[in-house]
Amino acid sequence: MTPETFSLIWPEVILAGATLILLVFGAFRGRGGVLFNGLAVLTLAAAAVAAIVGPHGRGFAGGLVVDQLAVFAKVAIYAASAVSIVLGDRWLARKGESKFEFPVLVLLAALGMGMMVSAGDLISLYIGVELHSLALYVLAAFRRDDAKGSEAGLKYFVLGALSSGLLLYGASLIYGFAGSTHFDAIAASVQDHAGVGVLFGLVFVICGLAFKVSAAPFHMWTPDVYEGAPTPIVGFFAAAPKLAAMVLLARLLQEGFADAVAQWRQVILVVALASVAVGAFAGLVQNNLKRLWAYSSIANIGYALIGLAAGGEAGIQAMLMFMVLYMIDVTGFFACLTALQRDGRPMETIDDMAGLFRERPGLALAMTAFSLSALGLPPFSGFFAKFYVFKAALDAGLAWAAVAALVGSVVAAFYYLRLIKVMWFDAAPSATDKPAFDAQAIAIGGALFSFPVAVVALVWLDPVSRAAAAVFGG
Amino acid sequence: MIGLPHYLTVAAILFTIGVFGIFVNRKNIIVILMSVELILLAVNINLVAFSVFLHDVVGQIFAMFVLTVAAAEAAVGLAILVTFFRNRGDIAVDDASMMKG
Repeated sequence: MTPETFSLIWPEVILAGATLILLVFGAFRGRGGVLFNGLAVLTLAAAAVAAIVGPHGRGFAGGLVVDQLAVFAKVAIYAASAVSIVLGDRWLARKGESKFEFPVLVLLAALGMGMMVSAGDLISLYIGVELHSLALYVLAAFRRDDAKGSEAGLKYFVLGALSSGLLLYGASLIYGFAGSTHFDAIAASVQDHAGVGVLFGLVFVICGLAFKVSAAPFHMWTPDVYEGAPTPIVGFFAAAPKLAAMVLLARLLQEGFADAVAQWRQVILVVALASVAVGAFAGLVQNNLKRLWAYSSIANIGYALIGLAAGGEAGIQAMLMFMVLYMIDVTGFFACLTALQRDGRPMETIDDMAGLFRERPGLALAMTAFSLSALGLPPFSGFFAKFYVFKAALDAGLAWAAVAALVGSVVAAFYYLRLIKVMWFDAAPSATDKPAFDAQAIAIGGALFSFPVAVVALVWLDPVSRAAAAVFGG
Repeated sequence: MIGLPHYLTVAAILFTIGVFGIFVNRKNIIVILMSVELILLAVNINLVAFSVFLHDVVGQIFAMFVLTVAAAEAAVGLAILVTFFRNRGDIAVDDASMMKG
């Protein structure tokens, strides 16, 4: 291994090294605390800086790719992980369950997600997916004495393990019929003609990754896991891992199967439109807000997948923009839910939100902003996200898909608007507790980003995401 | 003479049994963990068979990684199962239904 190769993996080395040191440090100290979390956040910041200033290239015989896209995704993933360390640990501390394992697990998940977005080979793809999944299973069941939490962890584990199995079976078929695990070599073997074996394998891999991003028809774990897992941790689940899996899918399809686009585009489109439909219609009957946002996330992944199906620089850029803007919305929304309590009980249903505007106008406005943004109403960030996706779909000749997705968006408007109506116009049953400062600050920050900061940030985000999408050569 | 198709068929059968074991099984969560192992072992048969027939060692390296990850996955799965059992006193599949809808 040459020093140049080694310099490619500085972010991973920093994360892995610091995680192990923190784990031993925490085990001897026996508890976490502010200093411990500060070190974890600092590690993520250091890894993000190392990713930005580090060299680009391919290392480890092509198994690891560092390019604009990987750096873009890594910075977003590390930032989301840092936010969730602060949000999650403060929440656990209020429950008297602050443990040093929490930041360690988030760091391990961030390490796995970083590997996913850099994978250039089926083996590193699998290792990255498993590294982040195993950490997430444990995080879902983090509150050991909570019956719902352990059930959520168990469901997540069983379906996650099944999806890893599908992914792996597909990977073994691709390896066997394409003759290599490298994306480049796979691309060379499908250049003239993609055989049935390779395509069969590809469909399995797409199914496995569709599980990870909770796209229909592989979404059934999402509502249960979101409802049962601790609220701030759901904010983490719903954001960074999905970006990582989408980038991984984009790299596999655009690098490994660029010449089989006619075959995989139909599969991705079916999954995308099914997700939009399931997310829109099944969300209508939900009363629990965590379940509701699970269906909302299923629908939103559908839009991101339409961007991916459109393909090309514009499609990938649309997917990246959509995922980053959506990550901020969903993190902010779950920060709102983390902040809100009534008589010591979490407020998780739509009815609980009655009269919120009169009591907590700041948080009610923030939740309104996130809902309207997820709905895709201008001038919120979600509108621009959807705008990019629909534009890419129209340019790729997928106008019918864009129209179908738009119809799904209109149906979904019902449940977002219902939440807003309950918050603004219904009478409150009793007073809410004072919201925690950290969760409220993150929620308000996210809402301010959603509008008006996003409008300004787009000026910077647009060229950055275009440069990231350009790694596939248009 | 046993050729590549034979190995692939065995692996496909094992994989199918594993997937059905997860969905059809209505009794015990331990059985689900066993089904997951079955899926991973089917993949290993695929990888090693391809590796031999392609004269390429990467498949066997991949199989080593899969074995290692399978061990880690089983450890995490059993740990979560233990917390579930401590909360419920039972590990029947039908009991994992606090959340529905």
